[in-house]
Amino acid sequence: MSTTETTTETSTETTTAPVELQKGHIGQSIPRKEDRRLVQGQGMFFDDVRRHGMGYVHFVRSPHAHAKIVSIDVAAALSLDGVYGTLTGDEVAIQTDPFFEMSTPPGNEIKDYALAVGKVRFMGEPVAAVCAATRELARDAAELVEVEYESLDVLVDAREAVKDETLLHDDPATNVVWSGVFDWGDWEAAKAEADHIVKIDELHFHRFSSTPLECAGALVEYDKGTTQWTLHCNHQMPGVGAIWMAPALRTGIDKLRFITQDIGGAFGNKICLHPYYVTLCLLARKLNRPVQWTEWRTDQHTANAHGNERWFHDIEVAVKADGTMLGFNVKALDDCGAFPRYEPLGCIIWAQVTAGCYAWRNIRVDFTQVCTNKSPVSPNRGYSRMQHLWLTERIIDIVTAELDLDPVEMRKRNYVKTEQMPYETPNGCVYDSGDYARCLDMALGLIGYDSIEARKAEAATRGKLLGVGIGSTLDSGTNNFGQSQLLNPELQFSGNNEAATVKLDIFGEVVVTLGTVPQGQGHETTASQVVADIIGCSPEQVHVRPGHDTFFNSHAGFSGTYASQFAVTGLGAVKGAADLLRAEMIQLAAAVLQCGPELIELSEGHARIKDGPPEAALPFMALGAIVNANNAFLPPDFNPTLNHRFVYRPYFGVVDTEKKMGKLTLTYSTQIHACVVEIDQETGVIEIVDYAAVDDCGVRIHPQIVEGQVHGATVHAIGAALFEDFVYDEDGQLLTSNFYDYHVPHALDVPALKTGAIESPSPFTPLGSKGMGEGGGGGIHCIGSAIQDALKPVGRPIVYDSCNPYHRIWSMIEDPAKTRQNVEVVPA
Amino acid sequence: MEEPSRSRAISVEINGEIYERDLDARRLLVHFIRDDLMLTGTHVGCDTGNCGACTIHLDGQAVKSCMLLAVQADGSKIATVEGLAEAEELSALQQSFSSHHALQCGYCTPGMLMSAAALLADNPHPTEDEARTAIQGNICRCTGYVNIVEAIVSVGESA
Repeated sequence: MSTTETTTETSTETTTAPVELQKGHIGQSIPRKEDRRLVQGQGMFFDDVRRHGMGYVHFVRSPHAHAKIVSIDVAAALSLDGVYGTLTGDEVAIQTDPFFEMSTPPGNEIKDYALAVGKVRFMGEPVAAVCAATRELARDAAELVEVEYESLDVLVDAREAVKDETLLHDDPATNVVWSGVFDWGDWEAAKAEADHIVKIDELHFHRFSSTPLECAGALVEYDKGTTQWTLHCNHQMPGVGAIWMAPALRTGIDKLRFITQDIGGAFGNKICLHPYYVTLCLLARKLNRPVQWTEWRTDQHTANAHGNERWFHDIEVAVKADGTMLGFNVKALDDCGAFPRYEPLGCIIWAQVTAGCYAWRNIRVDFTQVCTNKSPVSPNRGYSRMQHLWLTERIIDIVTAELDLDPVEMRKRNYVKTEQMPYETPNGCVYDSGDYARCLDMALGLIGYDSIEARKAEAATRGKLLGVGIGSTLDSGTNNFGQSQLLNPELQFSGNNEAATVKLDIFGEVVVTLGTVPQGQGHETTASQVVADIIGCSPEQVHVRPGHDTFFNSHAGFSGTYASQFAVTGLGAVKGAADLLRAEMIQLAAAVLQCGPELIELSEGHARIKDGPPEAALPFMALGAIVNANNAFLPPDFNPTLNHRFVYRPYFGVVDTEKKMGKLTLTYSTQIHACVVEIDQETGVIEIVDYAAVDDCGVRIHPQIVEGQVHGATVHAIGAALFEDFVYDEDGQLLTSNFYDYHVPHALDVPALKTGAIESPSPFTPLGSKGMGEGGGGGIHCIGSAIQDALKPVGRPIVYDSCNPYHRIWSMIEDPAKTRQNVEVVPA
Repeated sequence: MEEPSRSRAISVEINGEIYERDLDARRLLVHFIRDDLMLTGTHVGCDTGNCGACTIHLDGQAVKSCMLLAVQADGSKIATVEGLAEAEELSALQQSFSSHHALQCGYCTPGMLMSAAALLADNPHPTEDEARTAIQGNICRCTGYVNIVEAIVSVGESA
């Protein structure tokens, strides 16, 4: 495809929340600290860690989607020279407890173990593990493990699973993990007030995942003397990982030391690694040697982390004649695969963005989640909100098309307005800041919307159908774990937290440790920018330790990198610790220079008396040395440490479990995407000819990193919209289990991307910044929107699926009426 | 019938250094480089030859080292990402990747750099389309390729 043009239009209108910091390094795109090692192949990923005597682990996995395990025989595997040992589900059932389940009864009666116990419930489910001296030998030995299965009926469709005619799990005796009704505002009144009710029978959000290039894995060591496990791993949320793992292993949280340095992408897909890690912990203990597991690509695709698939049924939308949207009513059916590992949280996370970008006040969602014989799901970039935002954008475009309204005018009429910010949604969430209409204008400007009619006419002369689409999304960040109590009031999770430490060391080195677990987001760089501005030095002087280590003592219960929050929680913790350090450095300098603290300024790596003589200055090294090595002269009641830990805790208050309302998340970044597509009428082949993404994430610490996240999220969305689909056959066999069949965008698939940005600072966060990076699936929404617009001249088909490869587009062109049976407009 | 040999001695030159090893005949070149020689900059992302994270130069050609057995490399000259910088001085390409933010997690980066370096050796001033074509066998899940392509083209422009 043609040229890549990155047009960044930036405007920084500040309407609220004056940020107390002076922007020195914050806001600059300084060189990333991480890059030097990574461009030289000197990164340290889990698979680069070696230990003497380590064994390599290979999992024996089920070829069946649903079967009883009759027997497992490991004797032949064990007889090979160099095989260190095996582990089976029977041992797991004795040595561990099932993982903690978050649903209400009976959904919480599901028993989920590290290896299959008694039964397999999805293709690729691990039934045994083999550990051997080499990777090759472990794989050979795994092939010698004999497993006898008795196959059972398979459920691959959530719409069948919900009937409970075949059951996956015996104890709950239902496939339903969770169900409940959310009813906000007054849907019946909205229906009565409306001029039209637009009805849509069924929409389908498909199964895909971000498929990080580095697969999952770990090297696990067990110390017999201290009963301590050390996991050199790529878990992106170790705080919560330990909450799952420690009780299952019947050990204490502090017996699990998680260490990460560089992680090769995660996108949420490295949150639910606990079954694999528990297996490795048991093997390391049993064999008394370090054990290493690197997931195979096929195994990542078949058995680790799919995104949530979701059906929407019986949608009714209440609309006034002028296009004002009053609300909607929908039944959502979520398919979480064989086990609800992070689930049922996806049954509530979407509610952070219940209203999408729109001001409708009456929303009713009847939500059900079921198990099927497919890979378990895990949070996946845009987790649960993306599915719901796709629904809201589909609703807008279908209503617009059916009532023959203008899609731009329709959005602007219904968007929450910038003057309404902070805006409380019908379910008690508060949109902190933003200007959706302005972002939309920018995006439309970037794709040349003004000349769209002429371009449609020109394309038609070439046999092409040209269409324009818009995707309006929110990236909600810093979530309130209290929303889990809207699913299950008994759960003891609420709020959020993140930790960091900042110290000034003996030779004047500023050392920062993070609780977060970076996977490419440049935390070392952005943390150094914040610390540098607070204590008055350059980012080069600030050493941020790479990665996460539980033994840094810089983590909190919710530590990790997930849910678009680092710029708020991670940097909030860094700022808090740096503020404490700064205050103490000033106090110390004042004591040494014998002046009032108000006269001390910190800048350029020195503490000095403002407007004082040049010699009245202490380099940071002097401050560090005094406290750490030369402190005899300090008075007895003055004990500075120059070493501070701070836990940042956003305030949410408690949620209302009766009305299912509350502040579910702290910040809302905006992404407005717009694109132009051309479709070949004969073949359905689609090309994106123009694409723009406008992002507003409040104060940007490092604009280049922000833009990089926008590019990445956009291309994930393009892949999901056009190619990426985890397709199962009726026997529950995954048909797209590697990068041949599961096509992710390559360089030649990606169109020119134009970006724009505005900054609406968050009034609720320490730096005015907002979490971003997940992107809300903007590309999925706008490409679907553009396809529907392009196909208007050929029978007005309705886009009903989130994945539209050319064969689906072709079938919409061939039989538009079939898709139109799905939609009806009735007078209210 | 005589059983075929399961192991073999090979000699390869990697980044200017000679390595002689006895190894399992079925060992993949990428595992030889990573596990036996501890040159862990070369990565494995897919096991099927799709992703290019394991790209190296074999006698001057960019190849995917997961698609070759180590014994096939006997007697060859190999370059890996560790050989790109000279005396801790980043190459223009490495520097360009950093200044254009052409990497996020850095996992695909070694393979991406080796594919790009092979392109630039043949074609010092590539166009954007040529850069995209040269890296079409390398998957990146973080950047969306935009900045990678810019980084490669910019090296050619300033050369």
